[in-house]
Amino acid sequence: MAPLVEVQGLEKRFSVGGAWLRGRRRVIHAVDGVSFAIEPGEVLGLVGESGCGKTTTGRLILRLIEPSAGRIRFEGHDLMALSPPRLWATRQRMQIVFQDPFASLNPRMRVGSIIAEPLAIYERAGATERRRQVSELLDVVGLDPAFAERYPHELSGGQRQRIGIAAALALRPSLIVADEPVSALDVSVQAQVLNLLMDLRRRFGLTYLFISHDLHVVLHMSDRVAVMYLGEIVEIGPRDALYRAPRHPYTQVLLSAAPVADPKLRRERIVPKGEVASPLAVPSGCRFHPRCPLVFDRCRVERPLLRTVGAGHEAACHLNEAPALLTGA
Amino acid sequence: MALLSVEGLRTQFATGAGTVRAVDGVSFAIERGEVLGLVGESGCGKSVTSLSIMRLVPPPGQIVAGRIRLEGEDLLDKDAEAMRRVRGARIAMVFQEPMTSLNPVFTIGDQIAAAVLAHEGGRRRAAWDRAVEMLDQVQVPSPGERARDYPHQLSGGLRQRAMIALALAPGPQLLIADEPTTALDVTIQAQILDLLRRLQAERGMAVLLITHDLGVVAELCHRVAIIYAGRIVEMAPVARIFEEPLHPYTRGLLRCLPHPSRFGQPLSSIEGAPPDLRGADAGCPFAPRCPLAIESCRRHEPALAERRPGHFVACPVAVV
Repeated sequence: MAPLVEVQGLEKRFSVGGAWLRGRRRVIHAVDGVSFAIEPGEVLGLVGESGCGKTTTGRLILRLIEPSAGRIRFEGHDLMALSPPRLWATRQRMQIVFQDPFASLNPRMRVGSIIAEPLAIYERAGATERRRQVSELLDVVGLDPAFAERYPHELSGGQRQRIGIAAALALRPSLIVADEPVSALDVSVQAQVLNLLMDLRRRFGLTYLFISHDLHVVLHMSDRVAVMYLGEIVEIGPRDALYRAPRHPYTQVLLSAAPVADPKLRRERIVPKGEVASPLAVPSGCRFHPRCPLVFDRCRVERPLLRTVGAGHEAACHLNEAPALLTGA
Repeated sequence: MALLSVEGLRTQFATGAGTVRAVDGVSFAIERGEVLGLVGESGCGKSVTSLSIMRLVPPPGQIVAGRIRLEGEDLLDKDAEAMRRVRGARIAMVFQEPMTSLNPVFTIGDQIAAAVLAHEGGRRRAAWDRAVEMLDQVQVPSPGERARDYPHQLSGGLRQRAMIALALAPGPQLLIADEPTTALDVTIQAQILDLLRRLQAERGMAVLLITHDLGVVAELCHRVAIIYAGRIVEMAPVARIFEEPLHPYTRGLLRCLPHPSRFGQPLSSIEGAPPDLRGADAGCPFAPRCPLAIESCRRHEPALAERRPGHFVACPVAVV
């Protein structure tokens, strides 16, 4: 079966600075050569710390921002080659759910109009039919149809996120990019929204790109996980392989640094040195080398490429040529 | 005698829409050198509890009942001047956002030196040296140079360290840390948790850690108090909370979290939402959401009772 989404050599450069008559323009490589594929019905998790490029990657795939280089195929179409009307039509099939349901919902619109807006824009249905679909969508996300008459400020955080999800579902997409969908929510509400996303996936055969800084949430939700650091994927593989036998030191560091609410599961702590490097001053060689507990000379000069380390499992670390050194860490 | 004891604390906010009972009868104690976690979800009253201890509750909030004793002295009896001498010197506070503590227009060295001068007096030069030494203790690299930086020149992680140095400079007996790592990336969070653990042990300082994150609690705390709707519902040594939680709310919270043994399986969730804190006072505040609730739960508010040595639960139904 062909992948639903296929990304190759995706890059995004942003220019910063260079105000009139002063400053020097500098280039940030927010996303620097990212490739992956997502099968229909699959959940690919994208995890990394702030500034690693995970949010930019999600937006590039929808062409909400324009890539600087690279190819994106979606349902067999080359998104970069589509004419604007074709792109507009294709976009119905790819939707996004944002982190902050407080910021992404228009405060002046009633919930019913927010959910019906995509249907109206794409002229999918007349007014009566739209109202019927809004009731159905509210029911699908676990809310009473009476919510259609409310305004966003009358709702709790979890209810607003459900509205965001209902609006994303309105056009029956095949792909949903979920960008930190539960990061603003309390844990008891977070669990409800994660369960809802899992249910919807089963019910509608949805495919997710699930983006989060929270490694445990990503592991929980995903079939496969990609770990990003400074604009690159450093490891990608099946969830269980990546959790049990991570093959990149950064993944190992993330797993040991993320606090687990179970003292029995505490891993030996590998606390990384230093701060996350700035994408304005990307280190030479392996980008993780200044913080890596296992760094050696070659890492400072030669950029490691992703190489196969197991079934569907790739990692970009020189030590995978001598895996005993890596797993003995 | 405990270092700090809080007894029957009630803090309320009189609003146009009714009186909000943010903290509604909270009692606990912290021993010298102990790390106590105060854990709960948004709006449960954990931050208002810490602000009450510092007597910094913003209006219209008011402490309406209770005792807060620091080494036996009741802080609620102190006048404003005496309370000022307690803050910083004996109880210090750090926050999620370092810029709530740091002043943007002074260098961090000047700010720490000013704190040293205010609490201990002495010469400016010696205070500056102490500031540099404090930055070194919190593992700021090149502390002599960094002391001359303004807060905006530092990264998030270094700013957090500078705030901790500022709080610890007067040598407080108790540090209240309100979500100290919530805004940080996970690798930086691990560094700050290590730092707090080390400083706490070296100085024998007590810490009241306010957090929503049970993972952080597992990393740092000796004991934990779980707070719901302004009341402590369970309090126990940290291992007991994770191994054998007794209160249905604590159990629910733990089961909400993704766990390696259950990746991909549906999470338990706690149905419903926390109660309106302006509501009626009869019964257990968790009863409407509780899977174990029986008729009497809705009529009588359960008291926090020691069901096992050191393990307190406010639930008569909980299976022990």
